[in-house]
Amino acid sequence: MIRVFRAWAGAPPMVFTVLLLSIFGVAMIYSAGVLNVPSPVTENIWQRQLIWFLLGIVAFTAVSQIPPRWIEWAALPAYVVGILFLMATLVIGTGAGTAAGVKSWISLGGFRFQPAEVAKIATILALARLISARREGLQNLRELVAPVALVALPLGLVILQPDLGTAMAFIGILFAMLYWGGTPAPLLILLASPGLGLILSYDTMVWSGYIIILTLSLFFYRYRLYLVESVAVVLANLAAGTVALPLWLSLADYQKNRLLVFLDSTVDPRGAGWQIIQSKVAIGSGGLLGKGFTQGTQKRLDFLPEQHTDFIFSVVGEELGFLGTSLVILAFAFILLRLVRLAARATDPFAGLVIFGIFGAWITHIFVNIGMTVGLVPITGIPLPFVSYGGSFLLMSWIALAVAVRVSQEA
Amino acid sequence: MRLDHPISRRSRAQGGFLVVAVLMGLLGVAFFRAQVLRSTDWVLQAESNRLRQLDVPAPRGTIFDRHDDVLADNVPGYAVVLLPDHRDTIRLRLERLRPHLGLTDARVDRLMEQARAYPRQPLTVKVNAPFVEVSVLEERKSEFPGLYLEMRPRRRYLAGEALAHVLGYLGEITPTELEESLYAQDSLDRYEAGTILGKDGMERQYEKTLQGRRGSRFVEVDVLGRIVGSFQGSAGKEAVPGGDIHLNIDSELQQWVHHIFPDSMRGAVVALNVEDGGVLALYSSPTFDPNDFVGGIAVGRWETLLSDPARPLFNRSVLGIYPPGSVWKLATAAIALDLGVIRPDETMPIPCTGGMQYGNRFSRCWNAEGHGYLDLLGAIRHSCNVYFYQLGLRVGLQRLLEKGTEIGFNQRCGIDLPSETQGLFPDDTTYWERTPRFGYRATEGEVMNLAIGQGPISQTPLKVAQFYLAIARDGSAPPPRLLKTEEPPEGGWSLDLSPEALEIMREGLRGVVRPGGTAYMASLEHWDLMGKTGTVQNPPNPDHAWFAGIAGPRGGAPEIVVVVIVEFGVSGSGVAAPLMAKTADFYLRRKHGIPVDSIQTLGEHYMTGTPAPWAATLTAAEGDREGDREGDPEGEGEGLPEGAGQGAWE
Repeated sequence: MIRVFRAWAGAPPMVFTVLLLSIFGVAMIYSAGVLNVPSPVTENIWQRQLIWFLLGIVAFTAVSQIPPRWIEWAALPAYVVGILFLMATLVIGTGAGTAAGVKSWISLGGFRFQPAEVAKIATILALARLISARREGLQNLRELVAPVALVALPLGLVILQPDLGTAMAFIGILFAMLYWGGTPAPLLILLASPGLGLILSYDTMVWSGYIIILTLSLFFYRYRLYLVESVAVVLANLAAGTVALPLWLSLADYQKNRLLVFLDSTVDPRGAGWQIIQSKVAIGSGGLLGKGFTQGTQKRLDFLPEQHTDFIFSVVGEELGFLGTSLVILAFAFILLRLVRLAARATDPFAGLVIFGIFGAWITHIFVNIGMTVGLVPITGIPLPFVSYGGSFLLMSWIALAVAVRVSQEA
Repeated sequence: MRLDHPISRRSRAQGGFLVVAVLMGLLGVAFFRAQVLRSTDWVLQAESNRLRQLDVPAPRGTIFDRHDDVLADNVPGYAVVLLPDHRDTIRLRLERLRPHLGLTDARVDRLMEQARAYPRQPLTVKVNAPFVEVSVLEERKSEFPGLYLEMRPRRRYLAGEALAHVLGYLGEITPTELEESLYAQDSLDRYEAGTILGKDGMERQYEKTLQGRRGSRFVEVDVLGRIVGSFQGSAGKEAVPGGDIHLNIDSELQQWVHHIFPDSMRGAVVALNVEDGGVLALYSSPTFDPNDFVGGIAVGRWETLLSDPARPLFNRSVLGIYPPGSVWKLATAAIALDLGVIRPDETMPIPCTGGMQYGNRFSRCWNAEGHGYLDLLGAIRHSCNVYFYQLGLRVGLQRLLEKGTEIGFNQRCGIDLPSETQGLFPDDTTYWERTPRFGYRATEGEVMNLAIGQGPISQTPLKVAQFYLAIARDGSAPPPRLLKTEEPPEGGWSLDLSPEALEIMREGLRGVVRPGGTAYMASLEHWDLMGKTGTVQNPPNPDHAWFAGIAGPRGGAPEIVVVVIVEFGVSGSGVAAPLMAKTADFYLRRKHGIPVDSIQTLGEHYMTGTPAPWAATLTAAEGDREGDREGDPEGEGEGLPEGAGQGAWE
C-alpha cells in the first residue's frame, strides 16, 4: 500500500494532467453518446471506457513497481512478442466498426486488443536498447540502417493490416528516437527525403527541381557523407519518384480520396469530403465558448463521423468552444514538454531514448488527430491519447506513461 | 560529444521544445481561426445542415350560407411530403415509399419532374393520404428518411353535389395561372407552384379572400434527413387562415332542389330573393361532387366528367342559354307598359282565331281554336300568341330591341361567378343583316317572333329569373348576388311600371296556376303562386320545358322568384311548374314556420290521394271569361312561326 502511495506521490505533475485528461475523455465519450437519434454504438460506451481507465490506473501503479532494469531486459523479448502478435494479426485479425475491412484486432476470449499498441511500446524499448548501446550517437547513414530496419519490420506489418495511422506513429517514434540518439538534423532530412520525393512526384517539374536541389545539397554536404551514402540517397529518391504512380494506383479509393480531399474538401462533399466538412462545421460553430456539454447539434444529429473515436476532438470543439480546445491543446503541450524535460534530465541514455520515443509516438497521435479534425492534416484513422474511445489504446498509453516515469526514476 | 552529456541532452531537448511549440502552436492557430475568426460562417452552415424550413399550410376561409350554416370548411388531412434532397436520393425514397402509397410509374415520373423543377421545396408525394397509410408510415418513420407527414387542412363540401356549381372546386395552380397578374402580383405573395386555389364558383370568385397565408416553421433533421423535432430557436411564421364568406344561398333550399330535381333530367333551377335579388338557390343538373377534387381529382374521374355528354361540369343556370318562348311574353308586356303603348285593360283589335294574318304570312296561335278578344290579363293567362303579335307590332321592332337591350337581354346579369353567358338578343335592327343565319334586312314582322320569345333570342335561366324579379318587385331588378353583403348591390335596371300594371301582370300569372290555368296542378295550399310556362321546340329532340314563377304569402308581397328549365322536359306545366312550386313552397314554409311536407302541389295531393280542401278556395282568375277553352293539360303546345324555334340553347 505504501508502495502504491509512493508510486503516485512521487509522480510528476504530468501524470496528474494525464489523469485529468482521461477523466475528461470519459466525459466526452459520454457526451458522444448523447444523440437525438438512436445510437446503439455510442450510447453506453463511456462506462466501458471508465473501466479501461481504472484498469489503466492499476496498470500504471503496477508498472511503477517494476525495477527499471527489468524494463530494459524485457525490451528484446517484448519486441519479439510484439512482432509475433503483429504477424498473427495479419492471419487471425479482425476489423471493427467502421474499420471493418482491416485486420487490426485480435480477440482472445471475448477480450479484444490491438497488437500494434503493444508493438509500439516494444519497439520503443528495443530501439532504445539498440541506440543506447552506442555512446557516441548515430553519425552517418550506415549507422542508421539497423535502427531503421528495427522499426521497418513492425511498420511494414502494420501497413499490411492496413493501418496507416499507427504506421505514422511508428515513423514518429523512429525519427524522434534517431534525433534523441544524436543523429544530425541534415541526416534525418536525408532519411526523410525519399518520402518527400514521393509526395512531390505528383508534378514532374516540381519533382525534377527537388531532385536537383537534393543533389546539390548532397554535394555541399559531402564531407560528412560517404559517396556510397550520397548515391544511395539519390537512388532512393529516384526510386520513390518512380514508384509514386504505381503506389498511388495501389491505394484504396478511400485512401486516395482522403488525400485529395485534404487538398480540397469540396472535391466530394457528400463522400470523402463529408467527414472533414462536418467536423469543421462542428468545431467552427462551437465558437468561443461552445454550445455546452452534450449540447452539440452536429453531434446530436449524427452529422459527426466517428464522434467517439477519431473525431472526439470535434465534439470538444463544438461543445466547449475555443476555450475547451485551447485548454486541451495546452494540456497536451504541457505533457509533451514535460516528457522532453524528463528525457533531458535522464542521465541514462536508455531512459532518455524510451521517454523520447514515447514523446514521438504521442506527439504524432496528438498532432495528426487534432490536426485532421480542423483540416490541417489529411484524415487518418488515428486516436487521440487518453481522450478517444478505445480500451487497449488507453491501457497501453497509461502503461507507456508508467514506463516513462519509471525509467526516469532510475538514476 | 557523448549522448548522456548534460549539454548535449539540453541542446537536443531544446529541439524537442521547439517541435512541441511549433506543432501545438499550429493547432492553436488553426482552432483560433476556425472557432473565433470564422465562427459565424460555420454557425450558419451548422444551421443549414440541420434545419429545414417547412410550410405551415393555412386553412381556407369557411363558406357559410344565409343562415350561417357551413357550406365548405376544412377537416384535418395528412399529406406525405419528402424534404428537399439530392435528386437521386429523392428517387430512391420515392421507390421505397411506392408500395406503401400505391404510386404509379406515371406519378413517380411526375414527382421527379417536380423535384427537378423545384429542388429546394419539399415535395408533396400524396395529399389526403388515407389514415391507414399514414399510420403505417408514422409507425415506421425511421425507415423513411426525409419523410414528413404534414397536417394539411382538407376542404370539405358539406352539401356535396347539391352546391357544386355554386361553390366550385379546388385545384393546384397551373403554370398559366402562375403568370396571371391576379396571382403573380398578389400583395401577400401567396401564390407559388403547388398552391391550391379555387378553380370555379365561389372558390374562384372569392379566391383572394378565402386563400390563407401559409406560415413556416423549422424542423431539425438528423444526418439521414429524418426529422428529429421542431426547432425552438426560430419562431418561424404563423399561418393566417383565409377569410370567411357568407352567401345568400339557402343551403337547405338548395339541397331540397337537388333532392326534387329528377336525377335523369338535365336542367337548372334559379331561386332569387325578391327583397334584394340575392340568390337563394342556383342549381344545375347533372352535377358533380366537388369533394372529388380535393387533393387532386383522379384522372379517370376527371375524364369521365369531361366526356359525359350531359356535361356535369357545365353550370346551366348561368352558362346555358335557351330560347325563352312563352316565359318571355311577360317581357313584351312589361316593355309595352313601360313605353305606355297600351293600357292594361285595353283589348287588342284583332281577335285570336287560331292565328293572325300579317302581310302575306299567317302566324298561328298555339290554340288553333283561337282565344277571341283578349286584354292583357287574359293574354298572359292564355299565353295567346295573337295578342302578343299585335303588342309587339305596336311596340315596334326598333323600340323592342332598344328596351330589351336596356334590360340587358344581350348582357350578363353580373352575378358574382367567374363566368356567365350573355343572353342572345338583337341589339338593333341591323342584327339580321349582320348574322349569317339570317342575312337579310329585318322586316317589321320580326317583332312578332320576338314578342313571343322566339327568333334570335336565347336567355340564361338566371336572366329570366332576374326579369321576373322585376315583376315581383316594383319593376326594378338588382343584379343577382351570391355573396351576402350589407349594402344592396349596385347596378341592375328598372322599368317604369305602375302598381296597377304590375298587379295586372301578376294576376295574369296567377291565373296560370288557378283552376282553368295550364299549371293549376302546381298550385299550393299556403302560398300565392304566380307563374308562366314555356315550352320550346327543340327538334329533333323533345321540347325544353320552362317555368318562371313568383310566390309569396297570400295577400302579401312576393318573396321568392323561381325559374326552372328542364331540358327535353316536354311540358312546362307538367314538369317544370311542379319543380318551381315545390321549391317555392319549401322556402316559404320554412321562412314562415310551417312544417315542410313532401306532398306540396295540388297534383301531388291528387296523385297520392291526399285530400286538398284548400283547393276549393282557389277561384279562377278575375276577368276570366266563361267557357274558357281549357282542355290541354299537357301544355300549351305553342305553334312556332316559320323561321323560329331553332332550339339553339347555347
